[in-house]
Amino acid sequence: MIQVDGLRIRIGQTEIVHGVSFAVAQGAAFGLVGESGSGKSTILRALAGLNPDWTGRMAIDGTPMTRRRDRAVLRRVQMVFQDPYGSLHPRQTVDRALSEPLTVHGIGDHDTRILRGLDEVALPKTVRFRYPHQLSGGQRQRVAIARALMTSPEVLLLNEPTSALDVSVQAEVLNLLTALQRGRGLTTVLVSHNLAVVAHLCPNIGVMQGGELVEMVSAADLRLGDIHHPHTIALRALSVSLPG
Amino acid sequence: MLVDIANLHVAFPTPSGPAMAVRGVSLRLGQEKLGIVGESGSGKSLTARAVLKLLPGQASVTADRLSFDGIDVLTASESTMRKIRGRRAGLVLQDPKYSLNPIMTAGDQVAEAWRAHKGGSRKQARAAAVDLLAQVLIRNPADVANQYPHELSGGMGQRVMIAIMLAPDPELLIADEPTSALDATVQAEILRLIDDLVARRGMGLLLISHDLPLVGHFCDRVAVMYAGRIVEEVGAGELARARHPYTQGLLRCMPSLAHPQATLPTLVRDPSWAA
Repeated sequence: MIQVDGLRIRIGQTEIVHGVSFAVAQGAAFGLVGESGSGKSTILRALAGLNPDWTGRMAIDGTPMTRRRDRAVLRRVQMVFQDPYGSLHPRQTVDRALSEPLTVHGIGDHDTRILRGLDEVALPKTVRFRYPHQLSGGQRQRVAIARALMTSPEVLLLNEPTSALDVSVQAEVLNLLTALQRGRGLTTVLVSHNLAVVAHLCPNIGVMQGGELVEMVSAADLRLGDIHHPHTIALRALSVSLPG
Repeated sequence: MLVDIANLHVAFPTPSGPAMAVRGVSLRLGQEKLGIVGESGSGKSLTARAVLKLLPGQASVTADRLSFDGIDVLTASESTMRKIRGRRAGLVLQDPKYSLNPIMTAGDQVAEAWRAHKGGSRKQARAAAVDLLAQVLIRNPADVANQYPHELSGGMGQRVMIAIMLAPDPELLIADEPTSALDATVQAEILRLIDDLVARRGMGLLLISHDLPLVGHFCDRVAVMYAGRIVEEVGAGELARARHPYTQGLLRCMPSLAHPQATLPTLVRDPSWAA
């Protein structure tokens, strides 16, 4: 579903990503881990069409992506950002946030779609006309997920979707993402620095360091410690679990 | 006892009556590492800030006892508190991006803290600042001293924050989510640094975090807060055998590398926990 070959991305004068290749099958979930500055979010933003300064090849479902995206491509690829406090407009109601993608893509029947969207992320109908500040962090992230799903995308890009949330809320959002991914057959790319979160959601994981993909591992091998690159080993060692 | 809190209550006025944010917290801290864990809104930061009398003006604070090294914080004057804050008890906050002054170099900020508490000449302060930056394991302290916060990475900025806190040789360090804005790799380095400094200087440490396993690794004791109360206090090594259903629920709902599960158990909140 997603093919990335020799992707190089620049921000200004600096090359951030130095030739990264990976592929994600239809309906699969792929994780990218690495420390900040390793280029994982930059790849996600380029996939979403938020940074046109790239070379190499990116294709969705066999269709090569161009520097400028037309609306049909953008509709198929949607993104959820890290901080639900920052990614929702503070002066727009949930209703407005959810209807905007519909308006942009010329999709009608707002009423039914918004209600269905809220229902899908397990939010009560009553939040529809609330503002973001009237919602909890977990509810806000649910709104952001619902917004990404409004255009019925095939690819969902998740950038640290739970790192701003409490662990109890994180569990609920992760369960929601698992259910949505299975239910809708969404192809997902998840970026996170939390190895346990990535391994929970993604069977296949790419480890990034300094703008390069240094190792590809399966979640199972990661759990067992069957990994080879020193950076992967270091990241795994840091993923603290409880003593005793 | 460095910190002695008994039955602390913090309330905020709202149109519909006072909102109780901290409800009867008691804890004691000596020269040890105590962690306070809880989710947003559980009152952990307010409890720590009450020790330094740094709560917003509209907050109403009552306690049977609230003392720092025998000094009654509740009745202490502002000038008494000024001698405690920074000098005897340092506070490290979450995000160095917001706690450092963006238009002063790192070295000037450390030097300012040193001079404010210890006096001395500009030249002495400057030398002390470079020395402190070296103590927080910055490899090229003289260069970093001349850099502005925007030129520093998150981990480096947090080291500078810690250097500022260490300048007056405090007896207590309160660290409020000191690493949650940082990467896992940097997080481990900063915690190791704090651990080392606390041990070497014989300080007390109050570490506030929402990360239960992290605090379990790092502290001697952990107090778990829920809805303004300490629901459980356990030795860090015994965290896995915690008894309160909230603590157990928190531990279970985290994805783990060692124990994969298809669906994460979510926390079912029993109203009696908050009663």
